Amino acid sequence: MNTSVFAPWDDPGEKPLIQFRNVTKRFGEFTAIDNLSLDIFEKEFFALLGPSGCGKTTMMRMLAGFETPTEGQIMLAGQDIDPIPPNKRAVNMMFQSYALFPHLSVWENIAFGLRRDSMPKHDLEERVEAMLRLTRLEQFARRKPHQISGGQRQRVALARSLAKAPKLLLLDEPLGALDKKLRQDTQFELMDIQEKTGTTFVIVTHDQEEAMTVASRVAVMDQGQLMQVATPDRIYETPNSVYVADFIGDVNIIRGRARQNGGDGYHIDWAEGQEALTAASDNGFDTGQSCHLAIRPEKVAITAERPSDAANAVQGKVHDIAYLGNLSTYYVELPNGIIIKAQTANTRRISRRSYTWEDPVWLSWTATAGVLLAN
Amino acid sequence: MRRAFLIAVPYLWLLALFLVPFVIVLKISLSDAAIARPPYMPQFDWAEGIWAFLRELDFENFIFLTEDDLYWKAYLSSVRIAVVSTLLTLIVGYPIAYAMGRAPEEWRPTLMMLVILPFWTSFLIRVYAWMGILSNEGVLNQFLLWTGIISAPLTILNTPTAVYIGIVYTYLPFMILPIYAALDRLDGSLIEAAEDLGCSRVQAFWLVTIPLSRPGIIAGCFLVMIPVIGEFVIPSLLGGSGTLMIGKVLWEEFFSNRDWPVASAVAVVLLLILVIPIVLFQRNQQKQAEAEQ
Repeated sequence: MNTSVFAPWDDPGEKPLIQFRNVTKRFGEFTAIDNLSLDIFEKEFFALLGPSGCGKTTMMRMLAGFETPTEGQIMLAGQDIDPIPPNKRAVNMMFQSYALFPHLSVWENIAFGLRRDSMPKHDLEERVEAMLRLTRLEQFARRKPHQISGGQRQRVALARSLAKAPKLLLLDEPLGALDKKLRQDTQFELMDIQEKTGTTFVIVTHDQEEAMTVASRVAVMDQGQLMQVATPDRIYETPNSVYVADFIGDVNIIRGRARQNGGDGYHIDWAEGQEALTAASDNGFDTGQSCHLAIRPEKVAITAERPSDAANAVQGKVHDIAYLGNLSTYYVELPNGIIIKAQTANTRRISRRSYTWEDPVWLSWTATAGVLLAN
Repeated sequence: MRRAFLIAVPYLWLLALFLVPFVIVLKISLSDAAIARPPYMPQFDWAEGIWAFLRELDFENFIFLTEDDLYWKAYLSSVRIAVVSTLLTLIVGYPIAYAMGRAPEEWRPTLMMLVILPFWTSFLIRVYAWMGILSNEGVLNQFLLWTGIISAPLTILNTPTAVYIGIVYTYLPFMILPIYAALDRLDGSLIEAAEDLGCSRVQAFWLVTIPLSRPGIIAGCFLVMIPVIGEFVIPSLLGGSGTLMIGKVLWEEFFSNRDWPVASAVAVVLLLILVIPIVLFQRNQQKQAEAEQ
């Protein structure tokens, strides 16, 4: 078993498979991609995450060759791909609508790309059969796309795009049309197939959970720019901006002013008549600079009594409780009206919960629980 | 009760305006020509009874059709003209439908309107207009003479060429509309997928666009071919005496020759010839409807 962590982006000697070099794409007046640079490495499962209209689909279509950059270059394996038409690129795409050919059977759909390469008949059959096995579609080979279910269609689309063994596979919202349960199963299937084939995957999605689950690295995009590119845990634990912190998962944002506390952290003056909060931070702040403390609800502890050793503790009363079964999220209103979310696992029966609506409670968290952000 | 009534209306319509006239024509085709009014024998007479009447009917008009080679030549020529002009209409119509399908969304209703626009003028007037364009002193010849491309006027009117021009012009919308409907439904990402999988533009067209517009092509071809086989106005106005078409033969048999029984036999055979493509057309439509479910 290989124990070394897969992290080619940390290795300066590693050559990226894909390089965006100061790429800008404009549609008339509208700038879809704004001077963007990005490296994606071989065997990565890279997720482009962002709200609709953020430019993620444009990035993908430029990789596939359906759009050309207005400025800048895109390199694939060290080669500028701008002059190469879509049909000559070692890149295949799985379309959001799947774009299966309705007049061809599942088998012929998968064979479609291979036939264009005039592959010998025997090799072609073998390859198609292998793809059918990989996606568990053997029994459906003779059916037409309209005769199979949505999940099966999704797998046909995947098999078809993988059949040519592309250097790079692009997936445009691949699981968008599936219901939640099927989507979760398929996510693991995708990861499995990516690992088995060793293909580089770039996935476009607006579903942050999906991106976090499947990807080795996630790029959070907004208005044609990359907000942050990092592994899912780093994106979640150490977002570099309020936008990213807010986009990924649930978060409490507390605005205040930073004040050096002598050590490696800061005091944050955040409300009139309240004790200053304490947070450790690697980011430098000037005294008096406005800042945002981003803290995840599950890192906020909720107790009936004031904890004695907590670095930060604030009092409030329970405003609302969202019961999710395994978890409960408490919306605690502070005296100044701010609402802080605290999440706890429901390890006990709900009837034995020690606080309920309108109860006074204490919220507490450590100095390292949150992230201090400038903007 | 109400449902039965609703169903009854179209069936009564068919009965009164198709089935009854057809039975009358069939009966005439089995009669003999006579100098009388109406010009055929026998007439049904209550006094003699139905058996005496039926005994006088026979197939000699149909046998006559096989003996005179005018008729089968006319049928064959009609079918040939129909097939050739259907192909010509397809060649002209497909690119138009394709361009319409790829035109920006906001232009499509206008383009559609332009295709349908000729229907607002009488068909007969449009064919007469073509006579004005194609005749020796017509607009086309004057234009070509003026540009100096030709030095003597071309004889187009009263030739098969004029018939083809007239047919292609008249039936073009029937070809364009079903093909456009098929292309309009075509998902653009299918073409991108084909290119992504290694097709050139041309290959993607042949392997995806054409097969997926096939129901439209088939529908368009039938919609053109079926009426063209029996076409009468265009060959008689533009074709002159050289163009042999069954519609014209039928007309002459009926009005010039006043041989109603033979004319009726010609009509019955024409109908039988047309039933084959009509049935095929219906099957195509049905298959398409099933595929869309």
